[in-house]
Amino acid sequence: MTAIAEFFRELRSKYGINLTILYDPFDIDRFLLGMWVTVELFLISAIVSVAIGLVGAGLLSLPNRFGQGLVRSYVAFFRNTPPLVQMYFFYFGLGALVPPGTNALGMPVERVSNFTWALVSLSLYAGAFNIEIFRSGVEAIHKSIREAATVLGYSKLSAFIYVMVPLAWRISLPALCNNMIELLKTTTLAYAIGVPELLYASNQIWSDSLNTFEMMNVLMVVYLALVGIVAWVMYRWERALRLPGFGAA
Amino acid sequence: MTGKYGPHVGIDIAHPAEQSVWAQYRGLLAIFAIFPAVLGFVLVLAVLAGADFGLMNALWKWTPFIFNGFLYNVAMSLFAIGFGTIGGIFLGMGQVAPSRLVTIPSRVATQIFRNAPWLVLLFYCIFLVPYQVTIGGTTYQVPNWLRASIGFTIPVMANFSEIVRGAVQSIPTGQWEAARSLGYKWSRTMLSIILPQCIKRMIPPWMNLYAILLMATPLASIVGVEEAMTNTRTALQAEANSRLLLPMYAYLLAWFFFYCYPIARLSMYLESRFETR
Repeated sequence: MTAIAEFFRELRSKYGINLTILYDPFDIDRFLLGMWVTVELFLISAIVSVAIGLVGAGLLSLPNRFGQGLVRSYVAFFRNTPPLVQMYFFYFGLGALVPPGTNALGMPVERVSNFTWALVSLSLYAGAFNIEIFRSGVEAIHKSIREAATVLGYSKLSAFIYVMVPLAWRISLPALCNNMIELLKTTTLAYAIGVPELLYASNQIWSDSLNTFEMMNVLMVVYLALVGIVAWVMYRWERALRLPGFGAA
Repeated sequence: MTGKYGPHVGIDIAHPAEQSVWAQYRGLLAIFAIFPAVLGFVLVLAVLAGADFGLMNALWKWTPFIFNGFLYNVAMSLFAIGFGTIGGIFLGMGQVAPSRLVTIPSRVATQIFRNAPWLVLLFYCIFLVPYQVTIGGTTYQVPNWLRASIGFTIPVMANFSEIVRGAVQSIPTGQWEAARSLGYKWSRTMLSIILPQCIKRMIPPWMNLYAILLMATPLASIVGVEEAMTNTRTALQAEANSRLLLPMYAYLLAWFFFYCYPIARLSMYLESRFETR
């Protein structure tokens, strides 16, 4: 560990490449914490957004016009407005309506943290896209499959749960993978409301250590690596679920 | 529609009588039906936030200011889509070029700039593009919005490169072979045979990309461009009324919605039209 730190200290003194996150323990901690917050933001909002997508797509497939209208306007609204403005709307707009609580010293504190508002905003944003993805997944199943399930004695509901959903899930996975990558990239917006995620942590580091150029490159590499991991995991999942004779070879 | 051969055999041919003008343009008209709905949404939010006519007046008073900012959003998006499309065509052609010396760098550049967060690329450009340039002895200041536009151009270029690659690869290889047997060079085949056919396929995703780009332009407020988002925050600070926060942000969301939703609908409409042919 000290050898690595020594090497990067030397890199700085000899060549002026100042990678503080590899030798300064304070910066290492800040950077790792930022990375952890980004991962946390991504994982929680990914799970919530998939849940929103499943519920929304389910509502769209029911013959209830009110439910359909509600889901459609939700999707239209969140897909056609800037995610950054949505985040400000939630944090500053709705956040102002939540009455502040008090801490042990009697000082006012926010009852809902900016991290939570970022989660809410990211989940709703990605969820709107997931609804469209799952809906087109259900629609892509040939109707003969549903007919076959009916012939085999499945009720409408059980055909949906045991036949349609597993197939629709497989069809949706590639598009879901793209959306999850988008979501990971969108977590950077939490920077704007002061959530100490990766970009925010890096910004603090380059403000203190004046190594903007190095940190920008590190940031780029780390984000590309994170995107690569998500893409790889989704790809493996897609492969594992593949049915012989179904979908593209 | 039970014909001579029993119900619904063969290809469905749209009946001219069934396809009334209304049915053809219903999709387009729906675009405009949503506007009053959104306006209603803003009003309901305003009322929920305890709005009175004072708050309404405040929204009205700041409208020209927000509009001024919004023009910057539009300007940045037009700059980025213009240069991004030109760059993307070349990068996309590079991805399908016959020489590996060209394809590999094009693919690497596309993947890097497509998968990096927009905000990170924006920071890159804000820090790396010089504040002023000297051309022929005269020094020009590079305004902030122009530097941000360059930051938006890069991801647009990479995304459009993928659209071009997808469209080119969707053209049957028989066309390449036919052109080759007629003695066309690669570049001639690409420019006069393949790309013209791709245009129709590229228009819907290109419009989607433009909508995504416009929705990314508020990011420029983080790096100090005085666009709609910045101006809204300035207005809120000037008013210093916490009850105005929710209606004001909802109002700003509506601005973007009014601009982006018709584009999204139009691209869906064009996509479904092109698909049936």
